[in-house]
Amino acid sequence: MNSLNEFTGQARELMRRDTTWPFLVPRRRSPDVSKNVILYLEGLSVSFDGFKALNDLNLYVNDGELRCLIGANGAGKTTLMDVITGKTQCDSGSAWFGQNIDLLAHDEAEIAQLGIGRKFQKPTVFEAHTVFHNLELSLQGSKGVWSALTAKLSGAERDRIDEVLNIIGLEKARFQMAGALSHGQKQWLEIGMLLAAEPRLLLVDEPVAGMTAEETERTAELLTSLAGKHTVIVVEHDMEFVRSIARTVTVLHQGSVLAEGTMDQVQNNRDVIEVYLGEEA
Amino acid sequence: MIRVNPALNTVVKNVWSTVGSVLSNLRQPGKGSSMLVGVLLVTTLAMSAANLLLPVDSPLYVSTYTITLMGKYLCFAMLAMAVDIIWGYCGILSLGHGAFFALGGYGMGMYLMRQIGDRGVYGNPDLPDFMVFLNWQELPWYWSGMDQFWFAVLMALAVPGLLAFVFGWLAFRSRVTGVYLSIMTQALTYALMLAFFRNEMGFGGNNGLTDFKDILGFDLQSDATRVGLLLVTTLLLVIAILTSRAIVQSRLGRVIVAVRDAEARSRFLGYRTEHYKVWLFVYSALIAAVAGMLYVPQVGIINPGEFSPLNSIEVVVWVAVGGRGTLYGAIVGALLVNYAKTRFTAIMPDGWLFALGALFVIVTVYLPQGLAGLLQRFSGDKPEQAAGRELDSDASNGVSGREANA
Repeated sequence: MNSLNEFTGQARELMRRDTTWPFLVPRRRSPDVSKNVILYLEGLSVSFDGFKALNDLNLYVNDGELRCLIGANGAGKTTLMDVITGKTQCDSGSAWFGQNIDLLAHDEAEIAQLGIGRKFQKPTVFEAHTVFHNLELSLQGSKGVWSALTAKLSGAERDRIDEVLNIIGLEKARFQMAGALSHGQKQWLEIGMLLAAEPRLLLVDEPVAGMTAEETERTAELLTSLAGKHTVIVVEHDMEFVRSIARTVTVLHQGSVLAEGTMDQVQNNRDVIEVYLGEEA
Repeated sequence: MIRVNPALNTVVKNVWSTVGSVLSNLRQPGKGSSMLVGVLLVTTLAMSAANLLLPVDSPLYVSTYTITLMGKYLCFAMLAMAVDIIWGYCGILSLGHGAFFALGGYGMGMYLMRQIGDRGVYGNPDLPDFMVFLNWQELPWYWSGMDQFWFAVLMALAVPGLLAFVFGWLAFRSRVTGVYLSIMTQALTYALMLAFFRNEMGFGGNNGLTDFKDILGFDLQSDATRVGLLLVTTLLLVIAILTSRAIVQSRLGRVIVAVRDAEARSRFLGYRTEHYKVWLFVYSALIAAVAGMLYVPQVGIINPGEFSPLNSIEVVVWVAVGGRGTLYGAIVGALLVNYAKTRFTAIMPDGWLFALGALFVIVTVYLPQGLAGLLQRFSGDKPEQAAGRELDSDASNGVSGREANA
């Protein structure tokens, strides 16, 4: 009798008039940011063989913000990005993109199509393709097998590629193989690939590793100019760089948030001085 | 080059630039294949004409044996191209492509077997000889319909295609890659070989299917049929080359290369890499199956030996010799190695496997890009080419490029 009640309950739930069946909901949706928050992470925990990479982490990121994440090695920065982009399943907690998209219910490809772009720690571009084709492959649009077979570059898409080439300063290298680019140029190309996809949220992992001072400066300019239109989360070790771009800094320690605020607030925070900046200050 | 007549110098330069432009043309993705298509068509047409029109004692006469041999080589070339599509372009090293080839071959073999009718040794109008020999009373269900050509062709494509789909779907969805995948493909073909060796399978056991009489009403022993089969093989190979080239040059082809070089990157750009891999694997399996279908009427037999893992590994050697990821490289490699095999086994039958092994070692060590790579290196050293490349890249690239290498 009980199970019958359960069944009718489920059936009623299924026939509710104010909801839509999940398979009828369009795949491509834009996040609802009416509360001005684009990313809600609550109570995230991930453990690898007993090691807690993330431990009840809570983090909110506003729409259009440039947020820096800092923390020692093993603080959980990269794991956090893995969870947001669907690479790693979390043990508990929730991750919402805007108010309406549950990130934990999607896989990597879907999350990328929802508008979350990610740059890897090690610059990863398609070395056997030209810079132009690297950007072509990154363009927003259908990513299915059949549409790729019949795809033709439209004028608007061509313009978009030119625009991105301009932003990342690689116009001259347009037809050069991406494998022949310098380390710094590869970093930029990868950022350009994210831009070509026009994401709402950019996750950038160590963008200035291995860059010269001049290149670092240009990258800082690039990232600050992106904030506003896009939301940018930067993970970086280089404190000078963080100081030059950051408005809000979040310090991670042992898988949870230790402090949050402006660079000065964070640097004067007692806990932070103790665990992270201790040796330097 | 200190005191050379300037006129001579310009001539030399012109010749070099012509050679250079031809060679650099070959380096474009899929460009070498147009030339290859032309050569293939002209050669096979000339051979066919020489066989049919010239008298037997003419010095230019091409024997029917040679015609059939050429047809066999072209089937192998098609198989090599199928392997190149997934190995060279997508980085999936399949050591079991012989399985799809053999399944296609068995499909065609079943049709040819049914065409024998009551001309077999036992004269049974319905049952093939081996079934009469095994005392079977009626045709197994999976043999029904195979006396229709269209149905046999459909089955010979559908079965390998479906197998590739199921295998690929399971393997790629679980993100099995690299050497593990290669071992699984090897296991697949080995398992099929063991299964087809069994008499109870109903495919002729270790003797396989043979003693074919005719195809679509044409006598398989006649010269005209042999020539016709060669021409059909060439035509289908050309179609396969052109289709594959179109795929490789489309955005789909670029996504496939992207998956080969940086799968995680492609995934985070929103591409479902496993879908791309599965469909490419199915496409490749279908080409292998077509090659198998064309192979069987020409050699006149199909047996479980075709499933042998060794065969599949040999295909990989052909592709490696010709050069991966070029399409034409695989075809040239298959033709050259098989010609060498025919010659070598006639002179020293026991030495062939050693020669093949040595060839593989030499190619791996000295020619990692195969003969196509040799061609590229040869053309890459031309002065015009080098100058052109320097023009493309500005000076700062050169400096930072070296930095990155350090």
